[in-house]
Amino acid sequence: MAGLEDLYREIILDHYRSPRNRGELPVPPAHRVEGFNPLCGDEVVVYLEVDDGTLVDLRISGQGCSISQSSASMMSATVKGRPVEEARKLIRSFKAMMSIREHSLSGEDAGDDAEAEGEVETIKPEDLGELAALQGVVKFPVRIKCATLSWNALAQGLDEIAAGVCSGE
Amino acid sequence: MTTTVEAAPLDVAALRKEFPILHQESHGKRLVYLDSASSSQRPRAVLDAMDHYYETTHANVHRGVYAIAEEATRQFEMARRAVGRFINAPRPEVEVLFTKNATEALNLLAHSYGRHLLRKGKAILLTELEHHANLVPWLMLAAERQVELRYLPVGDDYRLDLSDLDRLTDGVGLVAVSAMSNVLGTINDLGPIVEAAHAAGAVVAADASQLVPHRSVDVSALGVDFLAFTGHKMLGPTGIGVLWGREELLDAMPPFLGGGEMIRDVRLDGFTPNDLPWKFEAGTPPIAEAVGLHGAIRFLESLGMDRIAAHETELTSRAIELLSERHGPELKIFGPGVDPQGRGGVLSLALGDIHAHDLAQVLDSEGICVRAGHHCAKPLMRRLGVTATARASFYVYNSEDDIEALSDALDVAAAFFG
Repeated sequence: MAGLEDLYREIILDHYRSPRNRGELPVPPAHRVEGFNPLCGDEVVVYLEVDDGTLVDLRISGQGCSISQSSASMMSATVKGRPVEEARKLIRSFKAMMSIREHSLSGEDAGDDAEAEGEVETIKPEDLGELAALQGVVKFPVRIKCATLSWNALAQGLDEIAAGVCSGE
Repeated sequence: MTTTVEAAPLDVAALRKEFPILHQESHGKRLVYLDSASSSQRPRAVLDAMDHYYETTHANVHRGVYAIAEEATRQFEMARRAVGRFINAPRPEVEVLFTKNATEALNLLAHSYGRHLLRKGKAILLTELEHHANLVPWLMLAAERQVELRYLPVGDDYRLDLSDLDRLTDGVGLVAVSAMSNVLGTINDLGPIVEAAHAAGAVVAADASQLVPHRSVDVSALGVDFLAFTGHKMLGPTGIGVLWGREELLDAMPPFLGGGEMIRDVRLDGFTPNDLPWKFEAGTPPIAEAVGLHGAIRFLESLGMDRIAAHETELTSRAIELLSERHGPELKIFGPGVDPQGRGGVLSLALGDIHAHDLAQVLDSEGICVRAGHHCAKPLMRRLGVTATARASFYVYNSEDDIEALSDALDVAAAFFG
């Protein structure tokens, strides 16, 4: 049975206690996007600034549990300064890491997941650095949404920037 | 029932034997169920009543002329009468409507009364501490009909602030108020609200989902016009709720859902609705669930509602004392202090700056079931200045051992996140 230490790895608690890239950015030039978890009331606000195809700056605000907050902090530390395409690949990879186990929980064959991933390239969990610490979350299905909250907001923000949508305050 | 508060206290150890689900381990620990405000557990008597019904006499009600269908109808209508007697309804056989849950009961009211009998220009008075079930149906109505919604505020003492009651009820056509808060445990004093509402010519609906399972409720004494509650919080099955209403009001209200059972005649150009209560019960109703709810009421009555109230008051007082003493100012309890009359067994907790979900996760690892989140009362959470709390709630099967276990687990959480 999954224990608390599977969920609350030391690195996760570290990011929770000392969140990286916490704060806001002026809008514009930054883009602001909100993520809500209607089940628990957690909210995350992601400010991102893209310049010439690179995610040059990123800040996180909002409030939530240790999983949602540490995942947002780790995400910010990982994607900041990266080209947008790399950030997108990280988002796909992170969500794949979260969803593979989700499917296996519902009894589906892992092979289906590989097929569903299709041609899209993802990074293996073991190559995701400290983000891999969040793998334990998949053993606690109700917490998966906590971990993916900020990643979904980031994906939405990148989509909106690509589509030329302006975010209001 | 003739039991009184002075009667012998509940024998919780014996009582727990009646609840099969409680006798298991969770994460290698004794299962401690402290989430009855969300949904209670049910005794074997309720499970047996439903099994017996399905095994011996299930058929659709009010349709068949054969023996087992007549027996199914008889049991279903007996359940209705038992529910009515339980809340001292003047005419149980016509005033008790079975719904899916309390949420559907309140939606029925908002649709049928709100859209057809609420006079034009009249406002609706709600409170800041309502469950979403008693907020969203009215918000939907307000959006559709431009009805003004007003709110009784919650004071810093976690009770409704009635200081502006006369002004707030002026021009109101309907008041919908919780009888007991599912977050704070506050038992609202409905007397002054009913009086002011009736003086203003308004009807009063009480969401009694949290009160009916725990206290003796008498609709005539309360003076309300409608009362909604649900079966699964009072030892009964899921899938059945109740709306009680005064006969003359229900009579004037048009049907809510359309379909079988709720009609007297259907033509290609219209229909004639059935009599009360079936006018409001479209489709095959929750028959086995009604039988189960009847079983739950028998069980509660055999314990005595006054003894149940005394047990929970004692447990709540003990919990507030013990938790405050052992965890000090680090532990915040959102709700009134010890108060036998005005407080039920619901404790919304915050421990230091540990997020409610993290707290509940650690408690789970210790075998303890509490609810973490906004408890479907987001406006109240905003009023309290929090996004979530961890909530422990008590019922007949909880004991002081459960409070000790909760307290020990809070220590584990404090150490883990400290």
